Amino acid sequence: MESLPDPEILLERLAEALRSRLEPGFALVGVHTGGAWLAERLHRELRPAAPLGILDISFYRDDFEQIGLHPQVKPSDIPFAVEDHPIVLVDDVLYTGRTVRAAMNELFDYGRPSRIWLAVLVDRGGRELPIAADFVGATISLPPEQHVELKRNGAGELSLALNNG
Amino acid sequence: MRAGHRDPQLDANGELNHLLTMEGLPAEIVFHILDTAKPFVSVTEREVKKLPLLRGKSIFNLFFEPSTRTRTTFEIAAKRLSADVVNLNVGASSQSKGETLLDTVANLSAMHADMFVVRHAQSGAAHLIAGHVAPDIHVINAGDGRHAHPTQALLDLFTIRHYKGDFSRLRVAIVGDVLHSRVARSQIHALTTVGVPEVRVIAPQTLLPRYVERLGVHVYHDMASGLRDVDVVIMLRLQNERMDGALLPSAQEFYKYYGLTEEKLMVARPDAIVMHPGPMNRGVEIDSGVADGRQSVILPQVTFGIAVRMAVMSILAGH
Repeated sequence: MESLPDPEILLERLAEALRSRLEPGFALVGVHTGGAWLAERLHRELRPAAPLGILDISFYRDDFEQIGLHPQVKPSDIPFAVEDHPIVLVDDVLYTGRTVRAAMNELFDYGRPSRIWLAVLVDRGGRELPIAADFVGATISLPPEQHVELKRNGAGELSLALNNG
Repeated sequence: MRAGHRDPQLDANGELNHLLTMEGLPAEIVFHILDTAKPFVSVTEREVKKLPLLRGKSIFNLFFEPSTRTRTTFEIAAKRLSADVVNLNVGASSQSKGETLLDTVANLSAMHADMFVVRHAQSGAAHLIAGHVAPDIHVINAGDGRHAHPTQALLDLFTIRHYKGDFSRLRVAIVGDVLHSRVARSQIHALTTVGVPEVRVIAPQTLLPRYVERLGVHVYHDMASGLRDVDVVIMLRLQNERMDGALLPSAQEFYKYYGLTEEKLMVARPDAIVMHPGPMNRGVEIDSGVADGRQSVILPQVTFGIAVRMAVMSILAGH
């Protein structure tokens, strides 16, 4: 089995890409929980003027009918005016694209952003929706029964782990 | 699961299928509802005050007894979740034509209802309906007779937790017409379930149910000792419309002894909050100065009530 990349290196790569390719003035919005950790780190590094935004997309999931409400929904917190604001949406793993769809729907309930980019730590393939990331830390290929998960320890260090099933 | 006895509001896995009463509702379900309600509070601060969770669902507000606030907050809660809401004031239609409760419900189920919110003057009405609907239909009790009003008790818990943080060190006093109050019964069950160590009821003997202390409350007959050092004061409405015997000399007399005034409130903790399920009778159970005063959280209760009802509906609909 191929070894997973070091998320600290990938995060540095993402920060560098955002810094060099985007005009300043964008806001960072992380998807709870892994994306929120990453967005928090990127926010510290890139220091955008807008405060950090966090989305919990539980109320926008398309599998609510099948699996019901997530047991622990956290409040979303978008502490800036979304209307006309350029936004970088940050998530840990891009897989089916359904989380990104839900996150964009939720963002639009706060207002109409002037533009949204998608930044992900890992693109693992397996898309079920026409969604692509603008910034990708690493691209890996995984079979459907395997999942890659971002973890954070007490010291705030990030790591990637593989789960089966 | 207790042998031979299954709570009709829980399914075989112990998950919430209907919300009928606070009595016997497991603490983990109560806390799940309170936790879920929290993110719904902030939805009202957004540009679009709507979530797509219940899109395509039909919710019937079945009110066999008049109510403005409860019906409206259920309606707003359902609409914020994108459900279609039908309000039926049944007292005015089918029942006067002789249709039975279950026939009314069967007819509405045939219109593809997903959820019933039921208010009825008879205790047990919501239970009866829950026992006769199809398995994928959920029932919420919005008040039945003198029995229960669980969403009111849940929003009271939410409000107390919002202001006090934690239930485990609180003294809570419930004041007034406990006898006729489904709200009080649900509050007592709710408060003991989440671990409030001291729940008091303060009322004249004539307005207390017999054996009320068996619910785990401390009984007081005067405000001066009952309100001493409490963290939360919950006033009940004097239920004029349910008062058929000579239980009280007069509303004035009641106000003199049990009406909450600034002066009586002085013996409570200085940071005590004052709650009331509404509608208030100013000058009967509560003084206007207290109702509008700095310790009053009566209007936040209404706001939180919407979030709590959204949480209950989402948990049931996702079941």
